[in-house]
Amino acid sequence: MASTIRVRATNNGDTTEVQALIQHPMDSGFIKDAKGELIPAHFIQQLTFEYNGKTVFLADWGPAVSKDPYVKFAFKGGAKGDELKISWVDNKGATDSTTAKIA
Amino acid sequence: MSARNIVLATVLVMTGTLPARAASEADFKAAYAAAEAAEKQADQLRNKWITTETELATAKKAAAAGDFDAAIAAAREAEALANASIYQATSEKTRWKDMEIR
Amino acid sequence: MVKAFSLASILALALLAPALADDKPDPAADQKAFQEFFVKKFPKVKYDDFVNGPYSMDEGLHKQWEEKEQFPPYEFAVETGKEMFSTPFKNGKTYADCFPNKGIGIRQNYPTFDEKEGKVITLELALNRCREANGEAPYNYLKDEMASLTAYMAFTSRDKKMDIKIPSDPRALEAYENGKRYFYTRRGQLNFSCATCHVQSPGERIRSEVLAPALGIMNAMPIYRSEWSGMGTTSRRLATCNSQTRAVPLEPQSDEYRDVEYFLSYVANGLPISGPGARP
Repeated sequence: MASTIRVRATNNGDTTEVQALIQHPMDSGFIKDAKGELIPAHFIQQLTFEYNGKTVFLADWGPAVSKDPYVKFAFKGGAKGDELKISWVDNKGATDSTTAKIA
Repeated sequence: MSARNIVLATVLVMTGTLPARAASEADFKAAYAAAEAAEKQADQLRNKWITTETELATAKKAAAAGDFDAAIAAAREAEALANASIYQATSEKTRWKDMEIR
Repeated sequence: MVKAFSLASILALALLAPALADDKPDPAADQKAFQEFFVKKFPKVKYDDFVNGPYSMDEGLHKQWEEKEQFPPYEFAVETGKEMFSTPFKNGKTYADCFPNKGIGIRQNYPTFDEKEGKVITLELALNRCREANGEAPYNYLKDEMASLTAYMAFTSRDKKMDIKIPSDPRALEAYENGKRYFYTRRGQLNFSCATCHVQSPGERIRSEVLAPALGIMNAMPIYRSEWSGMGTTSRRLATCNSQTRAVPLEPQSDEYRDVEYFLSYVANGLPISGPGARP
C-alpha cells in the first residue's frame, strides 16, 4: 500500500527546508456522522522527522489538527543526497514511515 | 421582495391569526394541510426553502407531542414561508433581468 | 392633445425597446459583456488569474495559496482518480472507451450539448453514464470517487483554455438561456441569486469568506475545500450554494444545474483550466 506520507526536502546551504503532506482522517472524536453517532477519535499523536539518527522535528498532536495535515519547517544542517526519515504513530497504535532524499 | 420584507410579511400574518380558544387536532390538521399545499406549489416551481421544511417538521413534532397551539403556529409560519417562496419564484421570472450583465 | 399622444408613443416605444432587445439570445455578446464587466471592475487582476477565485481578489490569500500549491491537498484525489481511471470495469472496458482522446486532456470541452438527446451533458454526468453503459453502478455525484475522477481529468487539462460550444440548435440556445436565467434568479429565504455574491460582491466578504468572481468560477472544479475537509464536485458546490441561501437544493445533475454549468463555462471561454483547485 502506498505511503501516507508525501515529503519534499530541499537543502539551501546551511539549512534544509522540509514540507510534508500526510494522509490521515484526524478525526477529533467530537463530530457526528449522518446517523447522528459520534465518529471515534482517530488522530496522529506523534510525528517524527529524523536526520542522521537525530530527531530534527517532533510533533505531539491532538484532535485539534485537521484532516490530511500539512507540515513545513526548516532545520540547520542536512546535505543533498542525504536521507530524512519520517514516521508517525496514531491513537489506535497504527504507524507509517518513509524516507526521503534531500534535494 | 427583499428578505426583510418577507420576514415582515410573515410576522404580520402570524400575529393576525392566533385562535382565541385552545386548538384541537382538527384545527392543526387543517392548518398543516394548507401549509403542505402551499409547499407543494413551491415544489412545482422548484423553489422550496429550507426554513419552510424546518417549520413543517416543527409543526408535526409539536402536534405529535399534543401541543396543538404551537403546532398550528408553526404550520401557519410554514404556510407563510411557502407563499413567500412562491411569490419569489413568480416575480423572479421577470425580475432576474435586473441583475443581468449586459 | 398632441403632447399626450407624443408621450404615449414615447412610453410605448420605451416599453417595446427592451423587449425587442431580449428577443434573440446572443451568447457571444453575453460572453463579451460578461468578461468585460470583470476585467473592467478589477483592472489589477491578470486575465488568467480570475480562475483562481478568491485568491485573485486578495493579495494575502494569493500568497498563502501559492505556497499551498507546492503541496496541494487535492494531490491524493488526483492520484486516486488516475488509478480509478485506468482500472477496467468488470466487462474489461475502461473510461477511455467512453471519451474522445481516451479521456485525456478533454475536460475543457465540458459541458457539451448532445444534439441527439437535446440536453447538456456535464463531465460528471458523462462519467456516470459511462459506468452504467458498462454495467457498473453510478457514483454519488457530490464527492469521493466522482471528485477523484474529475480531479484527475481536470489535471490532464491544466492550462488548456475553456472551450465550450453552443451549436446552432434552438434547444442548445434554450439550455444556455435557462442556465443564464438560473444564475441571475434570486432564491432561498435569503433571496440571493448567484449574481448577488459573484457579480455584485466579488472580493468582498460574506461572513469570513472572500467571494470569488463569477468569471472562471468553473475552471478550478473540482475543489478541495478546507471547509469540507475534502474534495467536492461541481454538483456538491451548486447544492451547497443553494442551501447557503436557504433554498432546498435540487437533485444533482438536474436540468437547472447542468444548464447553469453550461452558461458559466461558456462565458469563461478562453480562460485556462486551473482544476483541480484548493479553496478555503
